[in-house]
Amino acid sequence: MTAGRYGVYGGQYVPETLMSALIELEETYGRVLTDPEFSRRLGWYLHEYAGRETPLTYCENLSRDLGCRVYLKREDLLHGGAHKLNNTLGQALMAKFMGKRRLIAETGAGQHGVATAIAGATLGLPVEVYMGEVDTRRQALNVFRMELLGARVIPVASGSRTLKDAINAAMRDWVANLRETHYLLGSCVGPHPFPRIVRDFQSVIGEEARRQVLEREGRLPDTVVACVGGGSNAIGIFYPFVNDDVALVGVEAGGEGLDTARHGASLSRGSVGVFQGALSYLLQDDDGQALETHSIAAGLDHPSVGPEHAMLKDSGRVRYEAVTDAEALAAFRHLSRTEGIIPALESAHAVAYAFREAENLDRDGILIINLSGRGDKDVADVAKLPRGAP
Amino acid sequence: MSRIEGLFARENPSIIGFTVAGDPGIEASFRVAKTMIDAGVDLLEIAIPYSDPVADGPVIERAHARALRAGTTPDDAFALVRQVRNYAPALPLVLFTYYNIIHRRGPDRFFAEAAAAGADGVLIVDLPVEESGEVAPSAARHGIDRIALIAPTTSPERQHAILREASGFVYLISLEGVTGERDRLPPNLAGLVGAVREKTDLPLAVGFGVSRPEHVRTVAEAGANGVIVGSALVRLIEEHIDDEAAMHEALRTAIIALRGGLVPRSRT
Ligand SMILES: Cc1ncc(COP(=O)(O)O)c(C=O)c1O
Repeated sequence: MTAGRYGVYGGQYVPETLMSALIELEETYGRVLTDPEFSRRLGWYLHEYAGRETPLTYCENLSRDLGCRVYLKREDLLHGGAHKLNNTLGQALMAKFMGKRRLIAETGAGQHGVATAIAGATLGLPVEVYMGEVDTRRQALNVFRMELLGARVIPVASGSRTLKDAINAAMRDWVANLRETHYLLGSCVGPHPFPRIVRDFQSVIGEEARRQVLEREGRLPDTVVACVGGGSNAIGIFYPFVNDDVALVGVEAGGEGLDTARHGASLSRGSVGVFQGALSYLLQDDDGQALETHSIAAGLDHPSVGPEHAMLKDSGRVRYEAVTDAEALAAFRHLSRTEGIIPALESAHAVAYAFREAENLDRDGILIINLSGRGDKDVADVAKLPRGAP
Repeated sequence: MSRIEGLFARENPSIIGFTVAGDPGIEASFRVAKTMIDAGVDLLEIAIPYSDPVADGPVIERAHARALRAGTTPDDAFALVRQVRNYAPALPLVLFTYYNIIHRRGPDRFFAEAAAAGADGVLIVDLPVEESGEVAPSAARHGIDRIALIAPTTSPERQHAILREASGFVYLISLEGVTGERDRLPPNLAGLVGAVREKTDLPLAVGFGVSRPEHVRTVAEAGANGVIVGSALVRLIEEHIDDEAAMHEALRTAIIALRGGLVPRSRT
């Protein structure tokens, strides 16, 4: 068994040609971890360029509605509009350190594509982004943003034409161009060392939130809630709390309901399998073929999840729940009206679950919701829905 | 002597054909295999169709999709192996698969079924040597060769580790990329073949990109023992999807032409 395991999960299930690139990446990561010049530059980009730290906002109206003290960790205010930039700045700087001359990425909601395009623009690396055809349509605003930022968007017409197929296409590109290209993977999925690298770069969310809540409340929160697609915003906010007495809840895409075939809840409804380079939970059929998934949130529409979440599920340290499209949409509208904050449909899943979780908390209970991104990208799509309908 | 050993002792270099089980349909797939064998392939690689074939280029990716649309399951792939085994009792057969198919069934059941169907070897595209401990005991127990892959990017240290585990023959990936036809093969092919040749006595077969008779000659001249042709044959299935007679004629013609690329080597 190789390095990069989370319990039994993780590993490096990739074609032989890619192994050299993974080894190079692992070595580079080991080096930059202890390189003061790297941390200085990344620190500058996060603070001066991206706008960290992000606020931990106490939400008076939402607290009243939920009957406990509710804070939002405001990754929606990060430059680019989502937590994705924490990871893309880190990896793009690593790519520079490795002497790579080109970045490729996959994207579902388009947020990771936008964040990669931003990092590439400021660091002077050309960017090409693979995006499922279905997603190019439902996230058309982000396609335009990526192009404006100088990236080339390549629509992927194979398979289900969503995020998983975009990852496949990016991996194919990487195999052919790995000497000069860095594959900037956008979530804590894929072969080792990606899950580790992405978790580390996203952990800034939880480190800040932990410090901020201690300053504000003088104690740790009772519960932290985050949505889970691949799991990067969730692991980012959970990781610094893992050894604390804090309940951690990951919220998956329940789509049209967990009892239908149309959802993206790999931890709640999947089984153990190897997919896109790692052993984890997977929505698959009896033969091991990945199933088609569904979510109103493109960023959660994926049949698998990062291996560290698989371990955290088995150990019981993190609880994984699911909310439906309709619940997420109701939360999307609710947060917009009551707090003046339009959340990404992905993040709206975490908000929706907070309504359920709050029933377990009293008035002094503290709940932190990771607001992983803002909802501008979703406004046009939601506007097309019949009024009042999910 | 195994069928694979026997082949390379007899036919050197040999032509290895590739097809996806269930492409273009479950029954039609056996007829494709039969035509390939009749036209002169020396070894047949049969892929189990998979939903996410990341090591494959567009032509073979579409073949996987066609086979899955036709409803092909791993059971059907084993049934095809059994049919081909009955048709050509001496022909070496290698199952080509992505690892999750094996993981889902459990390695022991998978290799038992592969052996019972008559496969000689199994090639797992996305299981590098670091992870292969998960299948090694099962493959050995059922007498199945594990065909190892070496890429141009594989370091000499990893080549050694891979070759320690390999049996049957070694699959040399000619280029950095996915499967698919190329206009020309990389210039350093002989270097790769030579470097691996120094480290093993196993037969070496070269694949990825090999699609024309002149490529077959180049690979043979580079000192390889086998030439693997995939996309160039799979494409003919796709091009003649509505005319089975033409499809078989095209496959036959192509394989005969590829064989023509082999300059018979005198045995020493
Ligand atoms: C705002 C936002 N939140 C969450 C996600 C889901 O990804 P992850 O689970 O890796 O945080 C995405 C993905 O596109 C996103 O854009």
